Amino acid sequence: MAQTPYAYFPGCTLHGTMLEYNASARLVCEAAGVDLRELKDWNCCGAWSAHTTDYMLGLALPARNLQKAEAMQLPMVVPCAVGFSRMKLAMHEMENPAVLSAVNQAIDKPFKNSVVVEPLLKVLASDSLDLEVKKPLQGLKVACYYGCLLVRPQKILKFDDENNPQTMDKLMSRLGAEPVDWDFKTECCGAGMSMPRPDVVNRLSSKILLAARSMGADCIAVACPMCHFNLDFHQREVEAERKEKIQMPALYFTQLMGLALGFSAKKLMLDKHLVDPMPMLKSKGMAA
Amino acid sequence: MQMAGAITPVASSEFLDYVGKQSGQRIMDCYQCGKCSAGCPTAYDMDLTPRQMIRAIQLGLKEEALKSSTIWMCVSCQTCSVRCPVQIDIAKAIEAVRLLAVAEKAPAAEKNVKLYHQVFLKSVEFTGRLYEMGLSVAFNMLSRHPFTGMDILPTMLRKGKLALMPVFKGTAEVEAIFARIKR
Ligand code: SF4
Ligand code: SF4
Repeated sequence: MAQTPYAYFPGCTLHGTMLEYNASARLVCEAAGVDLRELKDWNCCGAWSAHTTDYMLGLALPARNLQKAEAMQLPMVVPCAVGFSRMKLAMHEMENPAVLSAVNQAIDKPFKNSVVVEPLLKVLASDSLDLEVKKPLQGLKVACYYGCLLVRPQKILKFDDENNPQTMDKLMSRLGAEPVDWDFKTECCGAGMSMPRPDVVNRLSSKILLAARSMGADCIAVACPMCHFNLDFHQREVEAERKEKIQMPALYFTQLMGLALGFSAKKLMLDKHLVDPMPMLKSKGMAA
Repeated sequence: MQMAGAITPVASSEFLDYVGKQSGQRIMDCYQCGKCSAGCPTAYDMDLTPRQMIRAIQLGLKEEALKSSTIWMCVSCQTCSVRCPVQIDIAKAIEAVRLLAVAEKAPAAEKNVKLYHQVFLKSVEFTGRLYEMGLSVAFNMLSRHPFTGMDILPTMLRKGKLALMPVFKGTAEVEAIFARIKR
């Protein structure tokens, strides 16, 4: 299959605790003809902390990566919603020439702010990709969760509708699954509060988990490592506080895509989640 | 219009003007409808709701704004900003207040949130990337022992005391970016 090249910015968590997102993204991209060329020596985008406490740092950290993609003359693709949002919002700030020139000095590299940046979800949901669905996700009810940073603010990110996004839902339908219609697609999961204020994450992610359950979803599909952490890792604490089992698996959309394209649960690292999705997938005949 | 470069202290009488310029927002357009607060996921635990924060800025209540928990409880989810009927980017206005609070070293109402950001950025400064295990070890240590200064962190990171260090060649370049910004 013809391969379309992209400059790949995985982001820190995909090389850290969220290896399964990176692994499943790479498998699916290869099968779909998306050629991921990882940026050499990329650095942390600064996530929530840089822009929050230091204006210039919040721009310079994304810019060092953007400059690398610009030099490669390729569009940048970002699997992490946090990284995607930081790249796009920094580029928006740098439309001001004075800001751009200050950032150029900070990174000590010539950067023209002329990169195309796309979320991996958009690239993999493109109708133009030739996807060979070997094992349709028949009978799987998926609650597609987009969170905040992938879609808001729409006028800058220019990706999907910020109130009722559809990209992941359409992709899941294409794979044979049944996306549920729910109100929590873009509700906040508590973002970076996991460490400093875990109670905030527990409170917000519990609402999302319960909403997905009430809609009869078998699992939640996510496109962000931070959302995944808040919905999967924090579920134990939510269950303890509520004194009830929820056991709502949260899977990366690339893992569900991978299953439909015929990759094994092992290759897709479905064993990495704290809420084990295997019993559910087995009961649906989607994993051995 | 956004200002480039370092943020310097401002007088209370200049506060409204500073937030307007730094955030590029027309703060006086707010007519207190409350839509921002209604959609905010963390407003339940803010001393000034987003609407009240905008009002405080309009009134030049700099001290109240800088010491509020609001600036640390805001998780930059952008819900308020996309819902405002007069197109005020509230998240950006709150960010401008927070940046000033950092520049003026105002005491943080949510100490652990500020500490988290500091530890996170120290990790990035000295390792180029976020090293999650290091972050959690350092955060836990410093949040339990508030009198252990932040100054211990660079030493710990350099010595690889925060467990396995990531292999990353761009470290020196990233450290140089931090140095050029002179934080
Ligand atoms: S939504 Fe806009 S106009 Fe309404 S209170 Fe908030 S800032 Fe003011
Ligand atoms: S950006 Fe901040 S203030 Fe606005 S809704 Fe989100 S958490 Fe609340």
